[in-house]
Amino acid sequence: MNPVLKLLLEGERLTTAQMATVAGIAEAEVEQHLEQLKKDKIFLGWRPVLDLSREAAAAAAVRAVVEVRITPERGRGFNRFAERIARFDEIESCYLVSGGYDLLIVVRGATLQKVASFVSEKLSTVDGVLSTATHFMLRSYKEQGFLLEVGEGESTRLNVTP
Amino acid sequence: MSTDPRRWVAGHVATLPKSGIRDFFELVAKMKGQDVISLGVGEPDFVTPWHVREAAIYALEHGKTYYTSNLGLIELRQAISRYVTEHFGVDYRPEDQVIVTVGVSEALDLAFRAFCEPGDKVMFHQPCYVSYHPSITLARGEAVAVPTFARDNFALTAESLEAAWTPGCKMLMLNLPCNPTGGTCTREQLEKIADFCRRKDLLVLSDEIYSELTFEGEHVSIASFPGMVERTIFLHGFSKAFAMTGWRIGYACGPAVLIDAMMKVHQYAMMCASIIAQEGALEALNHGWDQVLAMREQYHRRRDLVVRRFNEIGLTCHSPRGSFYAFPNISATGLTEKEFAVGLLEKEKVAVVPGIAFGENGRGHVRACFATGYEQLIEACDRIERFVASVRR
Repeated sequence: MNPVLKLLLEGERLTTAQMATVAGIAEAEVEQHLEQLKKDKIFLGWRPVLDLSREAAAAAAVRAVVEVRITPERGRGFNRFAERIARFDEIESCYLVSGGYDLLIVVRGATLQKVASFVSEKLSTVDGVLSTATHFMLRSYKEQGFLLEVGEGESTRLNVTP
Repeated sequence: MSTDPRRWVAGHVATLPKSGIRDFFELVAKMKGQDVISLGVGEPDFVTPWHVREAAIYALEHGKTYYTSNLGLIELRQAISRYVTEHFGVDYRPEDQVIVTVGVSEALDLAFRAFCEPGDKVMFHQPCYVSYHPSITLARGEAVAVPTFARDNFALTAESLEAAWTPGCKMLMLNLPCNPTGGTCTREQLEKIADFCRRKDLLVLSDEIYSELTFEGEHVSIASFPGMVERTIFLHGFSKAFAMTGWRIGYACGPAVLIDAMMKVHQYAMMCASIIAQEGALEALNHGWDQVLAMREQYHRRRDLVVRRFNEIGLTCHSPRGSFYAFPNISATGLTEKEFAVGLLEKEKVAVVPGIAFGENGRGHVRACFATGYEQLIEACDRIERFVASVRR
Protein backbone atom coordinates (compact mmCIF):
# COMPACT_ATOMS: atom_id res chain seq x y z
CA MET A 1 0.00 0.00 0.00
CA ASN A 2 1.02 3.57 -0.61
CA PRO A 3 3.05 4.47 2.52
CA VAL A 4 1.49 7.92 2.81
CA LEU A 5 -2.02 6.53 2.54
CA LYS A 6 -1.14 4.05 5.28
CA LEU A 7 -0.11 6.87 7.58
CA LEU A 8 -3.27 8.80 6.75
CA LEU A 9 -5.38 5.76 7.60
CA GLU A 10 -3.63 5.38 10.94
CA GLY A 11 -4.97 8.83 11.68
CA GLU A 12 -1.98 10.13 13.59
CA ARG A 13 -1.32 13.84 13.32
CA LEU A 14 1.94 14.07 11.42
CA THR A 15 3.42 16.86 9.34
CA THR A 16 4.66 15.93 5.88
CA ALA A 17 8.23 16.12 7.23
CA GLN A 18 7.36 13.66 9.98
CA MET A 19 5.62 11.38 7.49
CA ALA A 20 8.77 11.43 5.42
CA THR A 21 10.88 10.39 8.43
CA VAL A 22 8.51 7.61 9.43
CA ALA A 23 8.14 6.20 5.94
CA GLY A 24 11.84 6.65 5.19
CA ILE A 25 11.28 8.69 2.02
CA ALA A 26 12.00 12.27 1.00
CA GLU A 27 9.53 14.97 1.96
CA ALA A 28 9.06 15.80 -1.72
CA GLU A 29 7.99 12.22 -2.28
CA VAL A 30 5.38 12.52 0.47
CA GLU A 31 4.04 15.62 -1.28
CA GLN A 32 3.94 13.72 -4.55
CA HIS A 33 2.00 10.88 -2.96
CA LEU A 34 -0.44 13.37 -1.46
CA GLU A 35 -0.89 15.04 -4.84
CA GLN A 36 -1.53 11.70 -6.50
CA LEU A 37 -4.00 10.68 -3.79
CA LYS A 38 -5.77 13.97 -4.32
CA LYS A 39 -5.88 13.39 -8.08
CA ASP A 40 -7.27 9.92 -7.47
CA LYS A 41 -9.88 11.54 -5.22
CA ILE A 42 -8.91 9.28 -2.33
CA PHE A 43 -7.43 12.00 -0.19
CA LEU A 44 -9.94 14.83 -0.13
CA GLY A 45 -8.38 17.28 2.30
CA TRP A 46 -7.52 18.09 5.88
CA ARG A 47 -10.15 18.92 8.47
CA PRO A 48 -9.65 19.77 12.13
CA VAL A 49 -11.46 17.66 14.71
CA LEU A 50 -13.01 20.05 17.24
CA ASP A 51 -14.94 19.62 20.43
CA LEU A 52 -17.93 21.77 19.50
CA SER A 53 -19.28 21.78 23.02
CA ARG A 54 -16.48 24.13 24.03
CA GLU A 55 -17.41 27.78 24.34
CA ALA A 56 -14.57 28.84 22.06
CA ALA A 57 -15.78 26.56 19.28
CA ALA A 58 -19.45 27.40 19.77
CA ALA A 59 -20.00 28.99 16.33
CA ALA A 60 -21.80 26.56 14.04
CA ALA A 61 -22.11 24.21 16.96
CA VAL A 62 -25.64 23.01 16.36
CA ARG A 63 -25.75 19.73 14.56
CA ALA A 64 -28.59 17.42 13.62
CA VAL A 65 -28.81 14.00 12.08
CA VAL A 66 -31.60 13.91 9.55
CA GLU A 67 -33.18 10.75 8.23
CA VAL A 68 -34.48 11.36 4.73
CA ARG A 69 -36.72 9.15 2.62
CA ILE A 70 -36.50 9.86 -1.09
CA THR A 71 -38.01 8.40 -4.23
CA PRO A 72 -35.65 6.24 -6.26
CA GLU A 73 -35.65 6.76 -10.03
CA ARG A 74 -35.67 4.12 -12.69
CA GLY A 75 -32.14 3.68 -14.04
CA ARG A 76 -30.50 6.06 -11.57
CA GLY A 77 -31.66 4.83 -8.18
CA PHE A 78 -31.12 7.40 -5.49
CA ASN A 79 -28.07 9.07 -7.01
CA ARG A 80 -29.54 12.11 -8.70
CA PHE A 81 -31.53 13.31 -5.70
CA ALA A 82 -28.80 12.37 -3.25
CA GLU A 83 -26.14 14.23 -5.20
CA ARG A 84 -28.37 17.25 -5.42
CA ILE A 85 -29.14 17.26 -1.73
CA ALA A 86 -25.50 16.78 -0.78
CA ARG A 87 -24.59 20.07 -2.47
CA PHE A 88 -26.12 22.23 0.27
CA ASP A 89 -23.40 23.91 2.31
CA GLU A 90 -25.32 23.21 5.49
CA ILE A 91 -24.83 19.49 4.95
CA GLU A 92 -21.64 18.13 6.46
CA SER A 93 -22.05 14.50 5.44
CA CYS A 94 -24.56 12.56 3.44
CA TYR A 95 -24.81 8.78 3.17
CA LEU A 96 -27.14 6.31 1.48
CA VAL A 97 -28.04 3.73 4.10
CA SER A 98 -30.01 0.53 4.36
CA GLY A 99 -33.02 0.29 6.66
CA GLY A 100 -36.13 2.32 7.28
CA TYR A 101 -34.97 5.43 5.44
CA ASP A 102 -32.64 6.18 2.56
CA LEU A 103 -30.29 9.06 3.32
CA LEU A 104 -28.56 9.81 6.57
CA ILE A 105 -27.52 13.43 6.63
CA VAL A 106 -25.53 15.47 9.13
CA VAL A 107 -26.52 19.13 9.11
CA ARG A 108 -24.58 21.86 10.87
CA GLY A 109 -25.67 25.42 11.64
CA ALA A 110 -25.06 28.38 13.94
CA THR A 111 -28.36 28.10 15.79
CA LEU A 112 -31.18 25.66 16.26
CA GLN A 113 -33.47 27.91 14.24
CA LYS A 114 -31.09 27.96 11.31
CA VAL A 115 -30.81 24.19 11.18
CA ALA A 116 -34.58 23.82 11.63
CA SER A 117 -35.40 26.23 8.85
CA PHE A 118 -32.87 24.59 6.55
CA VAL A 119 -34.58 21.23 7.04
CA SER A 120 -38.13 22.50 6.75
CA GLU A 121 -37.61 25.01 3.95
CA LYS A 122 -34.76 23.63 1.86
CA LEU A 123 -34.27 19.95 2.45
CA SER A 124 -37.83 18.72 2.79
CA THR A 125 -38.92 20.66 -0.27
CA VAL A 126 -36.38 19.14 -2.66
CA ASP A 127 -38.03 17.14 -5.42
CA GLY A 128 -38.22 13.49 -4.55
CA VAL A 129 -37.97 13.92 -0.78
CA LEU A 130 -40.83 12.01 0.81
CA SER A 131 -40.17 12.67 4.48
CA THR A 132 -37.54 13.79 6.98
CA ALA A 133 -36.96 13.07 10.65
CA THR A 134 -34.57 15.39 12.44
CA HIS A 135 -32.56 14.45 15.55
CA PHE A 136 -30.71 17.31 17.14
CA MET A 137 -27.45 16.23 18.70
CA LEU A 138 -27.40 16.99 22.39
CA ARG A 139 -23.94 16.03 23.43
CA SER A 140 -21.00 14.29 21.89
CA TYR A 141 -18.89 11.69 23.62
CA LYS A 142 -16.56 10.74 20.82
CA GLU A 143 -15.56 12.77 17.77
CA GLN A 144 -13.86 10.91 14.90
CA GLY A 145 -11.93 8.67 17.23
CA PHE A 146 -11.25 11.24 19.96
CA LEU A 147 -12.92 10.61 23.31
CA LEU A 148 -14.21 13.94 24.61
CA GLU A 149 -15.18 13.72 28.26
CA VAL A 150 -13.43 10.74 29.77
CA GLY A 151 -10.41 10.19 27.56
CA GLU A 152 -7.73 7.76 28.75
CA GLY A 153 -6.49 10.13 31.45
CA GLU A 154 -2.89 11.08 32.00
CA SER A 155 -0.56 8.20 31.19
CA THR A 156 0.92 6.78 34.36
CA ARG A 157 3.35 4.53 32.50
CA LEU A 158 6.68 4.42 34.33
CA ASN A 159 9.64 5.90 32.49
CA VAL A 160 11.96 2.95 32.93
CA THR A 161 10.82 -0.65 33.28
CA PRO A 162 12.56 -3.98 32.66
CA MET B 1 24.37 -9.03 70.20
CA SER B 2 24.01 -7.35 66.83
CA THR B 3 20.99 -5.10 66.36
CA ASP B 4 21.50 -4.61 62.64
CA PRO B 5 18.26 -5.67 60.91
CA ARG B 6 20.34 -6.86 58.00
CA ARG B 7 21.15 -9.94 60.04
CA TRP B 8 17.67 -11.21 59.19
CA VAL B 9 18.20 -11.05 55.44
CA ALA B 10 19.07 -14.38 53.86
CA GLY B 11 22.62 -14.51 52.59
CA HIS B 12 21.79 -15.33 48.97
CA VAL B 13 19.32 -12.43 48.88
CA ALA B 14 21.68 -9.99 50.57
CA THR B 15 24.32 -10.69 47.95
CA LEU B 16 21.86 -10.54 45.05
CA PRO B 17 22.70 -7.42 43.05
CA LYS B 18 19.90 -4.88 42.50
CA SER B 19 18.64 -4.58 38.97
CA GLY B 20 20.75 -2.13 36.98
CA ILE B 21 17.47 -0.77 35.68
CA ARG B 22 16.54 0.33 39.18
CA ASP B 23 19.45 2.82 39.46
CA PHE B 24 18.57 4.27 36.14
CA PHE B 25 14.91 4.47 37.04
CA GLU B 26 15.80 6.61 40.06
CA LEU B 27 17.87 8.90 37.88
CA VAL B 28 15.03 9.39 35.41
CA ALA B 29 12.51 9.82 38.22
CA LYS B 30 14.55 12.82 39.47
CA MET B 31 13.89 14.57 36.18
CA LYS B 32 10.13 14.49 36.62
CA GLY B 33 8.43 17.52 35.17
CA GLN B 34 11.11 18.01 32.54
CA ASP B 35 10.45 17.20 28.93
CA VAL B 36 11.90 13.68 29.02
CA ILE B 37 11.15 11.29 26.17
CA SER B 38 11.48 7.80 27.51
CA LEU B 39 12.67 4.94 25.35
CA GLY B 40 13.43 3.14 28.57
CA VAL B 41 10.22 1.25 29.05
CA GLY B 42 9.55 -2.44 28.58
CA GLU B 43 5.89 -2.27 27.73
CA PRO B 44 3.52 -1.17 24.96
CA ASP B 45 2.40 2.45 24.81
CA PHE B 46 -1.05 1.25 23.77
CA VAL B 47 -3.68 1.06 26.46
CA THR B 48 -5.38 -2.35 26.60
CA PRO B 49 -8.09 -2.43 23.91
CA TRP B 50 -11.42 -1.30 25.31
CA HIS B 51 -13.33 -4.54 24.67
CA VAL B 52 -10.90 -6.31 27.00
CA ARG B 53 -11.24 -3.69 29.70
CA GLU B 54 -14.99 -3.78 29.27
CA ALA B 55 -15.04 -7.56 29.72
CA ALA B 56 -13.22 -7.19 33.03
CA ILE B 57 -15.68 -4.52 34.18
CA TYR B 58 -18.54 -6.80 33.17
CA ALA B 59 -17.01 -9.62 35.21
CA LEU B 60 -16.79 -7.35 38.25
CA GLU B 61 -20.33 -6.11 37.79
CA HIS B 62 -21.53 -9.69 37.70
CA GLY B 63 -19.85 -10.62 40.92
CA LYS B 64 -16.87 -12.54 39.60
CA THR B 65 -14.77 -11.87 42.65
CA TYR B 66 -13.82 -15.36 43.76
CA TYR B 67 -10.76 -17.58 43.64
CA THR B 68 -10.48 -19.66 40.50
CA SER B 69 -9.12 -23.17 40.18
CA ASN B 70 -5.38 -23.19 40.97
CA LEU B 71 -4.68 -23.85 37.32
CA GLY B 72 -6.89 -20.94 36.25
CA LEU B 73 -10.36 -20.68 34.69
CA ILE B 74 -10.99 -23.74 32.54
CA GLU B 75 -12.51 -21.55 29.80
CA LEU B 76 -9.30 -19.54 29.70
CA ARG B 77 -7.14 -22.67 29.63
CA GLN B 78 -9.24 -24.02 26.77
CA ALA B 79 -8.81 -20.77 24.88
CA ILE B 80 -5.06 -20.81 25.58
CA SER B 81 -4.84 -24.38 24.36
CA ARG B 82 -6.59 -23.49 21.09
CA TYR B 83 -4.46 -20.38 20.66
CA VAL B 84 -1.18 -22.23 21.22
CA THR B 85 -2.19 -24.96 18.78
CA GLU B 86 -3.16 -22.43 16.15
CA HIS B 87 -0.18 -20.10 16.51
CA PHE B 88 2.63 -22.39 17.63
CA GLY B 89 1.54 -25.78 16.33
CA VAL B 90 1.84 -27.49 19.71
CA ASP B 91 -1.05 -29.26 21.46
CA TYR B 92 -1.60 -29.04 25.19
CA ARG B 93 -4.54 -30.44 27.14
CA PRO B 94 -6.37 -27.61 28.96
CA GLU B 95 -7.18 -29.95 31.87
CA ASP B 96 -3.65 -30.72 33.03
CA GLN B 97 -1.04 -29.25 30.69
CA VAL B 98 -1.77 -25.54 31.08
CA ILE B 99 -1.41 -23.32 34.15
CA VAL B 100 -2.41 -19.65 34.32
CA THR B 101 0.04 -17.54 36.31
CA VAL B 102 0.60 -13.99 37.49
CA GLY B 103 2.58 -12.94 34.44
CA VAL B 104 5.34 -14.97 32.83
CA SER B 105 7.52 -13.81 35.73
CA GLU B 106 5.60 -15.99 38.14
CA ALA B 107 5.60 -18.91 35.72
CA LEU B 108 9.36 -18.62 35.51
CA ASP B 109 9.74 -18.50 39.26
CA LEU B 110 7.50 -21.57 39.58
CA ALA B 111 9.59 -23.43 37.04
CA PHE B 112 12.87 -22.66 38.77
CA ARG B 113 11.49 -23.57 42.17
CA ALA B 114 9.87 -26.75 40.87
CA PHE B 115 12.77 -28.03 38.77
CA CYS B 116 15.98 -26.55 40.09
CA GLU B 117 17.81 -28.15 42.97
CA PRO B 118 20.66 -26.42 44.78
CA GLY B 119 23.69 -26.50 42.54
CA ASP B 120 21.83 -27.39 39.33
CA LYS B 121 23.18 -25.47 36.40
CA VAL B 122 20.85 -23.39 34.27
CA MET B 123 22.02 -22.07 30.93
CA PHE B 124 20.62 -18.78 29.66
CA HIS B 125 21.58 -16.51 26.82
CA GLN B 126 22.86 -13.05 27.56
CA PRO B 127 22.13 -10.11 27.15
CA CYS B 128 18.75 -11.04 28.52
CA TYR B 129 15.78 -9.95 30.56
CA VAL B 130 16.93 -8.70 33.95
CA SER B 131 15.23 -11.34 36.07
CA TYR B 132 16.64 -14.56 34.61
CA HIS B 133 19.96 -14.61 36.39
CA PRO B 134 18.59 -13.54 39.80
CA SER B 135 15.69 -16.00 39.51
CA ILE B 136 18.16 -18.83 39.04
CA THR B 137 20.19 -17.59 42.01
CA LEU B 138 17.08 -17.37 44.18
CA ALA B 139 16.33 -21.01 43.35
CA ARG B 140 19.92 -21.77 44.48
CA GLY B 141 20.79 -22.80 40.97
CA GLU B 142 24.00 -21.95 39.22
CA ALA B 143 23.59 -19.59 36.27
CA VAL B 144 25.59 -20.38 33.14
CA ALA B 145 25.56 -17.41 30.77
CA VAL B 146 25.78 -18.10 27.04
CA PRO B 147 26.78 -15.02 25.06
CA THR B 148 24.95 -13.83 21.96
CA PHE B 149 26.62 -11.42 19.59
CA ALA B 150 25.77 -8.44 17.44
CA ARG B 151 27.44 -10.17 14.45
CA ASP B 152 24.73 -12.86 14.65
CA ASN B 153 21.96 -10.26 15.15
CA PHE B 154 21.95 -11.58 18.70
CA ALA B 155 20.62 -14.98 17.66
CA LEU B 156 21.58 -17.79 20.02
CA THR B 157 23.76 -20.36 18.30
CA ALA B 158 24.26 -24.02 19.09
CA GLU B 159 28.04 -23.40 18.88
CA SER B 160 27.89 -20.91 21.76
CA LEU B 161 25.80 -23.37 23.73
CA GLU B 162 28.34 -26.16 23.14
CA ALA B 163 31.15 -23.87 24.22
CA ALA B 164 29.40 -22.78 27.42
CA TRP B 165 28.10 -26.20 28.41
CA THR B 166 29.63 -27.92 31.45
CA PRO B 167 28.63 -31.16 33.17
CA GLY B 168 25.69 -30.62 35.53
CA CYS B 169 23.68 -28.40 33.18
CA LYS B 170 20.04 -29.29 33.64
CA MET B 171 18.04 -26.53 32.03
CA LEU B 172 18.17 -24.02 29.22
CA MET B 173 16.32 -20.74 29.49
CA LEU B 174 15.30 -19.24 26.14
CA ASN B 175 13.73 -15.88 25.31
CA LEU B 176 13.14 -15.48 21.59
CA PRO B 177 12.46 -12.82 20.40
CA CYS B 178 14.73 -11.47 23.07
CA ASN B 179 14.40 -8.55 25.45
CA PRO B 180 16.64 -6.42 25.15
CA THR B 181 18.23 -7.33 21.81
CA GLY B 182 15.26 -8.24 19.65
CA GLY B 183 17.31 -11.26 18.61
CA THR B 184 15.55 -14.31 17.19
CA CYS B 185 16.64 -17.65 15.76
CA THR B 186 15.89 -19.02 12.34
CA ARG B 187 14.24 -22.41 12.06
CA GLU B 188 17.62 -23.94 11.20
CA GLN B 189 19.34 -22.36 14.19
CA LEU B 190 16.54 -23.50 16.46
CA GLU B 191 16.74 -27.00 15.00
CA LYS B 192 20.36 -27.21 16.08
CA ILE B 193 19.55 -25.87 19.53
CA ALA B 194 16.79 -28.48 19.85
CA ASP B 195 19.29 -31.15 18.85
CA PHE B 196 21.73 -29.86 21.46
CA CYS B 197 19.02 -30.00 24.15
CA ARG B 198 18.11 -33.57 23.26
CA ARG B 199 21.73 -34.67 23.29
CA LYS B 200 22.44 -33.03 26.63
CA ASP B 201 19.05 -34.03 28.06
CA LEU B 202 18.14 -30.46 28.97
CA LEU B 203 14.80 -29.17 30.14
CA VAL B 204 13.95 -26.04 28.16
CA LEU B 205 12.12 -23.05 29.60
CA SER B 206 11.02 -21.07 26.57
CA ASP B 207 9.75 -17.56 27.26
CA GLU B 208 8.01 -16.57 24.01
CA ILE B 209 6.30 -13.43 25.29
CA TYR B 210 7.33 -11.39 22.22
CA SER B 211 6.47 -14.05 19.62
CA GLU B 212 3.47 -12.19 18.15
CA LEU B 213 5.73 -9.20 17.59
CA THR B 214 7.80 -10.97 14.95
CA PHE B 215 8.08 -8.73 11.92
CA GLU B 216 9.66 -10.89 9.26
CA GLY B 217 8.88 -14.51 8.64
CA GLU B 218 7.15 -16.75 11.09
CA HIS B 219 7.90 -17.26 14.75
CA VAL B 220 8.88 -20.87 15.45
CA SER B 221 8.58 -22.37 18.91
CA ILE B 222 11.25 -24.81 20.01
CA ALA B 223 8.44 -26.91 21.51
CA SER B 224 7.23 -27.71 18.00
CA PHE B 225 10.34 -29.73 17.03
CA PRO B 226 10.24 -33.52 17.32
CA GLY B 227 11.11 -34.77 20.77
CA MET B 228 10.94 -31.30 22.29
CA VAL B 229 7.40 -30.95 23.63
CA GLU B 230 8.20 -33.50 26.34
CA ARG B 231 11.19 -31.49 27.54
CA THR B 232 9.90 -27.94 27.11
CA ILE B 233 7.95 -25.60 29.34
CA PHE B 234 6.33 -23.13 26.97
CA LEU B 235 5.91 -19.77 28.67
CA HIS B 236 3.70 -17.05 27.33
CA GLY B 237 1.36 -14.28 28.39
CA PHE B 238 -0.76 -11.31 27.47
CA SER B 239 1.44 -8.37 28.44
CA LYS B 240 3.15 -7.51 25.19
CA ALA B 241 1.00 -8.64 22.25
CA PHE B 242 -2.31 -7.69 23.86
CA ALA B 243 -0.94 -4.61 25.67
CA MET B 244 -1.89 -6.00 29.07
CA THR B 245 1.24 -5.58 31.21
CA GLY B 246 -0.53 -4.36 34.34
CA TRP B 247 -3.03 -7.23 34.28
CA ARG B 248 -0.29 -9.69 35.17
CA ILE B 249 -1.54 -12.73 33.29
CA GLY B 250 0.82 -15.32 31.88
CA TYR B 251 0.75 -19.07 31.42
CA ALA B 252 2.89 -22.14 31.18
CA CYS B 253 2.25 -25.22 29.09
CA GLY B 254 4.12 -28.49 29.30
CA PRO B 255 4.03 -32.17 30.20
CA ALA B 256 1.32 -32.85 32.82
CA VAL B 257 3.81 -34.06 35.42
CA LEU B 258 5.86 -30.88 35.13
CA ILE B 259 2.83 -28.57 35.14
CA ASP B 260 1.62 -30.43 38.20
CA ALA B 261 4.93 -29.76 39.95
CA MET B 262 4.67 -26.06 39.10
CA MET B 263 1.07 -26.09 40.27
CA LYS B 264 2.19 -27.34 43.70
CA VAL B 265 4.37 -24.27 44.18
CA HIS B 266 1.73 -21.99 42.68
CA GLN B 267 -1.10 -23.24 44.91
CA TYR B 268 0.85 -22.50 48.08
CA ALA B 269 2.50 -19.29 46.95
CA MET B 270 -0.16 -17.63 44.83
CA MET B 271 -3.35 -19.71 44.95
CA CYS B 272 -4.50 -18.37 41.60
CA ALA B 273 -4.23 -15.38 39.29
CA SER B 274 -6.82 -12.62 39.65
CA ILE B 275 -10.16 -13.76 38.26
CA ILE B 276 -10.89 -10.30 36.85
CA ALA B 277 -7.66 -10.30 34.89
CA GLN B 278 -8.34 -13.86 33.71
CA GLU B 279 -11.73 -12.78 32.38
CA GLY B 280 -10.04 -9.95 30.50
CA ALA B 281 -7.45 -12.36 29.10
CA LEU B 282 -10.20 -14.69 27.90
CA GLU B 283 -11.82 -11.83 26.01
CA ALA B 284 -8.45 -10.88 24.52
CA LEU B 285 -7.93 -14.40 23.15
CA ASN B 286 -11.47 -14.66 21.84
CA HIS B 287 -11.75 -11.29 20.13
CA GLY B 288 -8.43 -9.46 20.30
CA TRP B 289 -6.43 -10.73 17.34
CA ASP B 290 -7.22 -7.85 14.98
CA GLN B 291 -5.84 -5.37 17.49
CA VAL B 292 -2.71 -7.47 17.95
CA LEU B 293 -2.10 -7.27 14.20
CA ALA B 294 -2.78 -3.54 14.11
CA MET B 295 -0.35 -2.92 16.96
CA ARG B 296 2.27 -5.16 15.37
CA GLU B 297 2.06 -3.17 12.17
CA GLN B 298 2.66 0.02 14.11
CA TYR B 299 5.66 -1.48 15.91
CA HIS B 300 7.02 -2.68 12.60
CA ARG B 301 7.01 0.79 11.11
CA ARG B 302 8.42 2.32 14.26
CA ARG B 303 11.19 -0.26 14.20
CA ASP B 304 12.08 0.60 10.64
CA LEU B 305 12.15 4.26 11.61
CA VAL B 306 14.42 3.99 14.66
CA VAL B 307 16.79 1.43 13.18
CA ARG B 308 17.27 3.57 10.08
CA ARG B 309 17.80 6.69 12.15
CA PHE B 310 20.28 5.02 14.52
CA ASN B 311 22.36 3.82 11.62
CA GLU B 312 22.20 7.26 9.98
CA ILE B 313 23.38 8.79 13.24
CA GLY B 314 26.31 6.40 13.27
CA LEU B 315 25.11 4.06 16.00
CA THR B 316 25.34 0.62 14.40
CA CYS B 317 22.04 -1.10 14.96
CA HIS B 318 20.86 -4.44 13.63
CA SER B 319 17.21 -4.63 12.70
CA PRO B 320 15.51 -6.69 15.42
CA ARG B 321 13.29 -9.31 13.81
CA GLY B 322 11.02 -9.28 16.84
CA SER B 323 10.08 -7.44 20.06
CA PHE B 324 9.87 -3.66 20.41
CA TYR B 325 13.49 -3.04 21.32
CA ALA B 326 16.38 -1.69 19.31
CA PHE B 327 19.81 -2.44 20.72
CA PRO B 328 22.26 -0.06 19.04
CA ASN B 329 26.00 -0.18 19.56
CA ILE B 330 27.13 3.13 21.02
CA SER B 331 30.85 2.42 21.28
CA ALA B 332 31.62 4.63 18.26
CA THR B 333 30.91 7.62 20.51
CA GLY B 334 33.84 6.64 22.74
CA LEU B 335 31.51 6.52 25.74
CA THR B 336 30.57 3.55 27.88
CA GLU B 337 26.91 2.56 27.74
CA LYS B 338 26.36 4.13 31.17
CA GLU B 339 28.06 7.41 30.25
CA PHE B 340 26.04 7.46 27.05
CA ALA B 341 22.71 6.87 28.80
CA VAL B 342 23.38 9.34 31.59
CA GLY B 343 24.77 11.98 29.21
CA LEU B 344 21.86 11.59 26.81
CA LEU B 345 19.40 11.90 29.66
CA GLU B 346 21.05 14.96 31.18
CA LYS B 347 21.86 16.81 27.97
CA GLU B 348 19.00 15.89 25.67
CA LYS B 349 16.43 14.40 28.02
CA VAL B 350 16.02 11.06 26.30
CA ALA B 351 16.00 7.94 28.44
CA VAL B 352 17.50 4.70 27.15
CA VAL B 353 18.69 1.79 29.27
CA PRO B 354 22.42 0.97 29.45
CA GLY B 355 23.03 -2.48 27.96
CA ILE B 356 25.03 -3.60 30.97
CA ALA B 357 21.74 -3.83 32.91
CA PHE B 358 21.02 -6.92 30.80
CA GLY B 359 24.31 -8.63 31.52
CA GLU B 360 27.96 -8.45 30.70
CA ASN B 361 27.42 -8.96 26.96
CA GLY B 362 25.24 -5.87 26.80
CA ARG B 363 28.33 -3.70 27.11
CA GLY B 364 28.72 -1.08 24.43
CA HIS B 365 24.98 -1.08 23.72
CA VAL B 366 21.86 0.62 24.96
CA ARG B 367 18.30 -0.58 24.77
CA ALA B 368 15.82 1.77 23.14
CA CYS B 369 12.18 0.75 23.26
CA PHE B 370 10.23 1.93 20.22
CA ALA B 371 6.79 1.36 21.76
CA THR B 372 6.15 5.10 21.61
CA GLY B 373 4.26 7.36 19.19
CA TYR B 374 5.86 8.52 15.93
CA GLU B 375 6.17 12.15 16.94
CA GLN B 376 8.07 11.29 20.10
CA LEU B 377 10.25 8.77 18.29
CA ILE B 378 11.18 11.28 15.61
CA GLU B 379 12.01 13.89 18.24
CA ALA B 380 13.96 11.37 20.34
CA CYS B 381 16.07 10.35 17.32
CA ASP B 382 16.79 14.02 16.52
CA ARG B 383 17.92 14.58 20.08
CA ILE B 384 20.12 11.48 20.03
CA GLU B 385 21.66 12.77 16.81
CA ARG B 386 22.48 16.10 18.48
CA PHE B 387 23.92 14.31 21.48
CA VAL B 388 26.12 12.02 19.38
CA ALA B 389 27.36 14.99 17.35
CA SER B 390 28.19 16.89 20.54
CA VAL B 391 30.25 14.08 22.07
CA ARG B 392 32.09 13.41 18.83
CA ARG B 393 33.20 17.01 18.48
